[in-house]
Amino acid sequence: MEFVNPEGLRLDGRRPMEMRQLRAEIGAVAKADGSAVFEMGNTKVIAAVYGPREVQNRSQQINDQALVRCEYSMANFSTGDRRRKPKGDRRSTEISLVIRQTMEACILTHLMPRSQIDIYVQVLQADGGTRSACINAATLALADAGIPMRDLVTSCSAGYLNSTPLLDLNYVEDSAGGPDVTVGILPKLDKVTLLQMDAKLPIDIFENVMQLAAEGCKAIANYIREVLLENTKQLEYRRGL
Amino acid sequence: MRGIEVSLNQTQKIRLQRALQQLESLYSKANSNTSVTVADTIPISYEDTILKGHGTSERDGDVVATLCGVVERVNKLVYVRTLRARYKPEIGDIIVGRVVEVAQKRWKLEINFSQDAVLMLSSMNLPDGIQRRRTAVDELNMRTIFVENDVVCAEVRNFQNDGSLQLQARSQKYGKLEKGQLLTIPPYLVKRQKHHFHHLEQYGVDLILGCNGFVWVGEHFEARDSIVEDQLNDTEQPSTKSNMTSKDMPLETRRSICRIANAIRVLSTLGFNLTLEVIQETINLSSTLNLGIDEMLGSEFHVLVAEREAERRTSMTKRKG
Repeated sequence: MEFVNPEGLRLDGRRPMEMRQLRAEIGAVAKADGSAVFEMGNTKVIAAVYGPREVQNRSQQINDQALVRCEYSMANFSTGDRRRKPKGDRRSTEISLVIRQTMEACILTHLMPRSQIDIYVQVLQADGGTRSACINAATLALADAGIPMRDLVTSCSAGYLNSTPLLDLNYVEDSAGGPDVTVGILPKLDKVTLLQMDAKLPIDIFENVMQLAAEGCKAIANYIREVLLENTKQLEYRRGL
Repeated sequence: MRGIEVSLNQTQKIRLQRALQQLESLYSKANSNTSVTVADTIPISYEDTILKGHGTSERDGDVVATLCGVVERVNKLVYVRTLRARYKPEIGDIIVGRVVEVAQKRWKLEINFSQDAVLMLSSMNLPDGIQRRRTAVDELNMRTIFVENDVVCAEVRNFQNDGSLQLQARSQKYGKLEKGQLLTIPPYLVKRQKHHFHHLEQYGVDLILGCNGFVWVGEHFEARDSIVEDQLNDTEQPSTKSNMTSKDMPLETRRSICRIANAIRVLSTLGFNLTLEVIQETINLSSTLNLGIDEMLGSEFHVLVAEREAERRTSMTKRKG
């Protein structure tokens, strides 16, 4: 299949290094401490953060830092074929773990000892790159909940099809079976916190693809920053003196 | 950007936008641009030494924010004041909480903090009002004072070494809250003030603005000591208690409670600071418009309150200038 046509356009009309449209909205869940909806093109994810709150299971309590938990799920209506997915299948457990580890790396857990932070992410529409979208949504929700963090983690994927590096794969490109690199970075610290790849790539091409994904992460970080700053300003001026 | 979760029609949308724009212009006139997000560098002058406060950390010699909020500077101290975060207790705060557990010699209260707060049996006045050592019998009778899910008003006493929070209720004004509504709002909307207990005389209603964002609206008690007697009577005849409570409060008071509670709900959805003055103005606005209590949560009233608030703040700044 041809993923990049001779004019250099992808299946959905993007250039190889073009990202899908981003949209973020803070405050989607009224009862949560922090919440956000994040969209990358047709991928749409909702995240809710509860906490820091009292640890529910006493035996899990950690005396010098906060316990971070994460639950990832996909809505039944999120994919093309509507199907009931069992909770806690291998895929969702793995993604829950990935999100938990990336978020734990940036939350300053030592500031909230003996408490627990719950992150719930749900995919409302899946069109490739759900993993990255979930991480971005979770970052926004954590920032909204006022949880201290080292940096905003952002994530983006990139692939390599028709010997071209492609940024931000959609579902069709993702299911082509080519290499798919998901990168999560701390943009201000310039550090990588997440790197996943299925399939193989020669090392020199891999570096290019990863570089591309990191660039994508930085673009997302800029957008998230804008949204957060706008939100903070709005809350402050509405509150008044 | 946080939208206001009320469905509005086109004109209402424009009116609300205009009111909010007015608020924004008032704010930006009064304050310089000091909002930061996570990992933003906070500008400091390097000549003088500074103290890093909450929400900041150091990275390569720069002061970096770890939270989203507003930078505050007090002499040498630089810190980030968060907006939508959980409650940060300070000693002496008046808080409203809900009992989640009755444990050994203590109650555990949910107060919107990162842990449950502890109210010791020894740090509260017993109903008989006599100062004495707490005996084992008192401990066994703890459930006659508070049980699970009771709403309690107390004061922050101190922090333990391990970071847990101790409360006290050593005055008659603290204690169990009955016959009313508990509202939970974001704690940044409640400002620490001299008075958090308010008696709205014209309605016969008590209003407690807990610093932790729990607001109590309930029937007024003239003498606080009489509650104690009530409690004793209640424990003697628990069967009549439910009949008593429904008979006790007149319909008019119950309506006022709902009206005040709805006024607070509207103000908190709009994200306006909650002070007695603003709440009273909102209540008056709703009653002068002859709005039903249920209509107060409609979109039209939200817009009206926003417009009124913009007007109020404009006149305030004019008076100052």
